[in-house]
Amino acid sequence: MRGKSSAISILTAGFLAGCNTHQSTLAPFGADAADIRHLFIMMLVGAVLIAGGVALLMRHAVRAPEGSIDHRKGMRIVLWLGGIIPTVVLLGLLAYSLPYMKPRPASPADLTIAVDGEQFWWRVAYAPPGRPPILSANEIRIPTGRTVAFRLSGGDVVHSFWIPGLAGKMDMIPGRINSLVVRADKPGRYRGQCAEFCGLSHALMAFDVIAMPPAAFDAWLAEQARPARPGDAAGARLFAENGCGGCHGIAGVNAPSRIGPDLTHFGSRRTLAAGILPMTEANVAAFIRHPEKTKPGVRMPSFPQLSDDEAIALARYLQGLK
Amino acid sequence: MKRWLKGAHRLRVTLWTLIVPPTTWAVHFLFSYLWVAISCERIGRWALFPTAFAIGTVVALIVILASGVIAWQQSRTPGDPPPHNEGTDIDRLRFLAYSTMLLAGLSFVAVIFTAMPVLMLGDCR
Repeated sequence: MRGKSSAISILTAGFLAGCNTHQSTLAPFGADAADIRHLFIMMLVGAVLIAGGVALLMRHAVRAPEGSIDHRKGMRIVLWLGGIIPTVVLLGLLAYSLPYMKPRPASPADLTIAVDGEQFWWRVAYAPPGRPPILSANEIRIPTGRTVAFRLSGGDVVHSFWIPGLAGKMDMIPGRINSLVVRADKPGRYRGQCAEFCGLSHALMAFDVIAMPPAAFDAWLAEQARPARPGDAAGARLFAENGCGGCHGIAGVNAPSRIGPDLTHFGSRRTLAAGILPMTEANVAAFIRHPEKTKPGVRMPSFPQLSDDEAIALARYLQGLK
Repeated sequence: MKRWLKGAHRLRVTLWTLIVPPTTWAVHFLFSYLWVAISCERIGRWALFPTAFAIGTVVALIVILASGVIAWQQSRTPGDPPPHNEGTDIDRLRFLAYSTMLLAGLSFVAVIFTAMPVLMLGDCR
C-alpha cells in the first residue's frame, strides 16, 4: 500500500512540476506560445481519439471469429485504415499546423534585443531604433503589445534561447545570428532557460523575463540608457583594486567589456547568477568569493582572499548600481 | 484517355520504370531544398508565390501519377489467381507493376508533403 502511494506521488509530482505560470508553454503570456499550446491541445485530442479508435478496432479484431472477413475485404481494410485514412489525417494536420508555424513578421521600427549565450550567462543588448545599444545581462524586459526582434547568437558553444511562456526555442550558434520575433501580451514576471546542453552549469543558466506595459517599459529603457550612479566608496575601491573592471563593464565607471556580464544596472536585477539566486547582499558577497560553489565550471575566478566585510562592501556597492 | 490507358497497358514495367516515382520524389526533394537556399541567399527573401516551384511540383506529380497509372494497368493483367510468386515472366511483371504502383502512391503523397511547407511558410528565417 505504501509502495503504491509512493509510486502515485512520484508520478503525480512529475506532472505537477508542469503546473506553473512563470515557465510553461501551457501558461502563455505571448502570442506564439499561445499558438503552440493551441496546436498541442489539438494534437493531443486528435491523438487520443485515434488511439481510442485503434483500441476499439483491436478489441473487435481479437473478438471476431476467424474467417469472418474474406481476403478481399481484409485488403480493403488495410488499404483504408493503413494507407488512405492516415495519409489524409496527416495531410490535414500539416495543412492546419503550417500557418501557425509561420514566423511573425518584423518591422524596422521594432525594438531589437541581441542576446548571446555564454557559459553560463546571457549577454543582452537592447538596440532601440536610432539610439545606441544598452548593455545588460541575465534579465530581459520586453514591452507588451509590441513585436520585439531577438537576434540570437552564441559566444562560446551552442546554447538555446527558450522562454516557454513567450515562444518556441531557438538555437544560439557561435558565428551565426538567428532571428526570433515575438509579441508578449500579458505583463508579468516569467522565466527563460537554456535549452541546449552547454556545459557543467547548463541547468543553472536561466534568466528572468519581465513583460511590462509599453509606457512603463519605455521609461525603464530610458533609465537603463543612463550611466550608473555608484555610491559606496569602499566598494568602488575594492572593485578597482581587485581588477573586477577587467571583465565587467559599468557605464560611467569603466569601459564596456566583452568578457563578463555588464554590471551597469546590476542592482535593479531581481536575480543573481543567471536566474539562480535571489538578489540579496549575502548572496552577492558569497558568489563573489566562491562563484564555483553556485555554478560549477563558471569562468569567473574565486576571490577567497576577500574578507567577509570586504565582500559585503563590494556586494553593497554592486547592489547600489540601479 | 481510353486510348492512352490502352497504350499504357502495352508498356512493359521493368526495374527501371520501378524507380521512376521514388527518383522523381528525390529530385523534387532536392529541388525544394535548393530552391529555398538559392532564393534566400540570392534575393534575401522569399518570392510571394514561387511559381516555378509550383510548376515543378505539378510536373513531378504528373510523372508519378503517370507511372502509377501504367503500373496499375499492368498489375491488372488477366491470368491465374494470386499469389504471384512464381519465377515466370507474367508473375515478375505483376510483382514489378504492383510494387511500382505502391511506390507511386508513396512518392505522390511525399511530394505533396514536401511542397506544402515550401509554399505555405515562405520565410527565410
